[in-house]
Amino acid sequence: MGRYVARRLLLTIPVLIGASFLIFALVYALPGDPIRALGGDRPLSPAVVAQLRDEFNLNDPLVIQYVKYVGDLLQGDLGTDFRGRPVSETIARVLPVTIRLALVAIAFEVLIGLVAGVLAGIRRNSFFDNLVLVSSTLVVSIPILVLAFVSQFLFGLKLGWFPIAGTQEGLYSYLLPGLVLASGSLAYVARLTRTSLAENLRADYVRTARAKGLPGHTVVIRHTLRNSLIPVITFIGADIGTLMGGAIVTESVFNLPGIGREVYNAVRAQEGAVVVGIVTLLVFFYIFFNLVVDVLYAVLDPRIRYD
Amino acid sequence: MRLSKRSAALIATGLTGAMLLSACGGGDDEGGTGGSSAGSDTFSIYIGEPENPLIPGRTSETEGGQVVDSLWTGLVEYDNQTNEAAFTGVAESIESDDATTWTVKLKDGWTFHDGSPVNAQSFVDAWNWVAYSPNAADNSYFFSTIAGYDDLQAPTDDAGNVTGEPAATQMSGLQVVDDLTFTVQLSSPYAQWPTTTGYTAFYPLPPSFFEDPEGFGEQPVGNGPFQAEEAFVPGQGITLTRYDQYGGEQPANAGSVEYVVYAELETAYTDLQGGNVDIIDTLPPDAIASAEAEFGDRYIETEQGDITSLGFPTYDQRFADPNVRRAFSMAIDRQAISDAIFNGTRRPATSFLSPVVNGHRDDACDVCELNVEEANRLLDAAGFDRSQPVDLWFNAGGGHEAWMEAVGNQLRENLGVEYSLQGNLDFSEYLPKQDAKGMTGPFRSGWIMDYPVAENFLGPLYSTTALPPGGSNVTFYSNPEFDALLAQGNSAASDEEAIAAYNAAEDILIRDMPAAPLFNRLNQGAHSENVDNVVINAFGRIDAAAVEVVG
Repeated sequence: MGRYVARRLLLTIPVLIGASFLIFALVYALPGDPIRALGGDRPLSPAVVAQLRDEFNLNDPLVIQYVKYVGDLLQGDLGTDFRGRPVSETIARVLPVTIRLALVAIAFEVLIGLVAGVLAGIRRNSFFDNLVLVSSTLVVSIPILVLAFVSQFLFGLKLGWFPIAGTQEGLYSYLLPGLVLASGSLAYVARLTRTSLAENLRADYVRTARAKGLPGHTVVIRHTLRNSLIPVITFIGADIGTLMGGAIVTESVFNLPGIGREVYNAVRAQEGAVVVGIVTLLVFFYIFFNLVVDVLYAVLDPRIRYD
Repeated sequence: MRLSKRSAALIATGLTGAMLLSACGGGDDEGGTGGSSAGSDTFSIYIGEPENPLIPGRTSETEGGQVVDSLWTGLVEYDNQTNEAAFTGVAESIESDDATTWTVKLKDGWTFHDGSPVNAQSFVDAWNWVAYSPNAADNSYFFSTIAGYDDLQAPTDDAGNVTGEPAATQMSGLQVVDDLTFTVQLSSPYAQWPTTTGYTAFYPLPPSFFEDPEGFGEQPVGNGPFQAEEAFVPGQGITLTRYDQYGGEQPANAGSVEYVVYAELETAYTDLQGGNVDIIDTLPPDAIASAEAEFGDRYIETEQGDITSLGFPTYDQRFADPNVRRAFSMAIDRQAISDAIFNGTRRPATSFLSPVVNGHRDDACDVCELNVEEANRLLDAAGFDRSQPVDLWFNAGGGHEAWMEAVGNQLRENLGVEYSLQGNLDFSEYLPKQDAKGMTGPFRSGWIMDYPVAENFLGPLYSTTALPPGGSNVTFYSNPEFDALLAQGNSAASDEEAIAAYNAAEDILIRDMPAAPLFNRLNQGAHSENVDNVVINAFGRIDAAAVEVVG
């Protein structure tokens, strides 16, 4: 197991190098002149433009720019954005916000999604099962933008249960945005759990377990659920990676200064250093959480081994 | 054996979770985003994320400019009602005999927030720093009228690479006479120059700035009614407190002001409705129609010193004839577009000048009104080919599509010319295309004034010296007669003479129509019951010092 994890972690190095170069090339390939856009309707003076292009190596060919970037990176310097703010500081500022939001969202997915899915799976075709079916279909079909604005208006402004926007009330500020962000995945988790559980409940080993005279909850939780969780864990693992990428819509509507907003603005302003720094980090997260999921398989299903 | 591996995996997973949790436990829970008016003597204002550090020489946009304006007071201030320069700032007087060499006398007793005195050196050093091209300050070009500016610009080769150091670090036109006096030598006469010195770029800087410009940009030290006791938090905002040793006549009424950064204007508006932010200086499009009814006397509407025009590519064969351009201008019903698209929040332009500046004439432009018959007659006389569609250009993401389409529909209806919208380019592509004569048809052109002077709506947009790449004359209009009248206005001995010359220059523009003036914007804002005396000035900025906390 240890060797397996080490090998997987080592494999991330070439992936990260390749990914960062790819992102770098993509930002480079964006049409337009970011320095010209800084001035807006009133252009900057030519000497200032030349100075800025020089400072950010914008006159060099792609490969030279990348080599200079990696050279700085190896010395622990992630570069600066056009306004002179270090990218490392930007990441340190936006990452905690996104992590909190993602964790709250995952917590909702697991708590509500899993419980609803298990209950629906046990009582197939009951009223509750149908309720989960209908409500999850409904939630999945509403665009998150609509969900965000409606819940902000209803629970934030009209009812006043949650803060309308911002992060000033600590983790409480993340509850409503987290729920909105989780809503789609939550519905998937419920449906996945329900289907997987319902299928496994008909399996031979479950009948055997029941025949042994084991109590019902032991059969469901210890025997069936654990086996049914593999697809669910796969989904949640991939979802953590996605959530870490930030949620542009949710972060913007609820005014949470997280990664999604930062990357969106950086791409628009063609801030190469910011985009490459943050997105490479996200690629790492994605790989890391997939590794965690693979390791979890071995915990859930003893038949899976990595040696 | 198997068990131990599984528990190892479990522990590993558990640890990961714990690490993540601890990573988000600490941090910025005390941050001020969305902050409310908790204290009795404090209020909050919506801003977007500033694009630049909070240094006067580098801030050219509204968001950061709003904060910088609260932190600084310039040589002169602009009257909120008349928009004329008033000597309520640091300058005692700014005088000249020939409109070229200016003597600036400062008032005694002004101090920066760190206690250091505001003297002649604070202005001269600040201006030299901003003008010096290696400092890459956005506002550098504001000093290009001062003698010796060119010596502070680094030489570049044809490809735009910097090839050396500038010849000097100080503009020869700036001389400190004594502690409270300095002289400014311009490279050509400009009688309106004192009025320009109220602009952000001209604010003074304390000695501490030059030691650490980067840190200063996050927590600036100015000489204005408010001071920054803590640094700006990106994505969240900054809280400013009243500066008790303020040298001006109008100290801040409130004890503190919190600038709250929002990503979405809609969110800020909802927060205003919920009472979490006190003032917003612009309204989301959906709210414009209902805001006046909802907020009553807490709804604000003021004129902004700007103009939106339909620029013509005078370099394009199809639009080279002024009569074609005049015909297009006469085919557009500005009032109808304002009503249909903007809920009446744009005023049809009747002049190349904004109504907020001295010299604006309500009836200046005879071809800015709808006149379908005359438009068609001019178009026929010019032999314009109506069978080819006309390209209409605008930048993407700025909310311009709806009204440009309305313009196109009117051209089709009134002139029988089909149109094709070209609105897919972002600013970063659109602007270089403009600079490179790439517009194949009329294009959207916007201008917000830097200072309330008639010349600011003429020279930077239509003079020969303002041709790209250095200037904003993207219609590539060039007319010696116009340039001469502008120069005459710039060197005029009195305001009356200057305005007469500027109006004569404007008449030439109306004759030649390098661009068709369309709208002047009205600012809409609203505020909570917590505050009173909220004024949005002609720059679209809130006079934070004047705001009174009443709630």
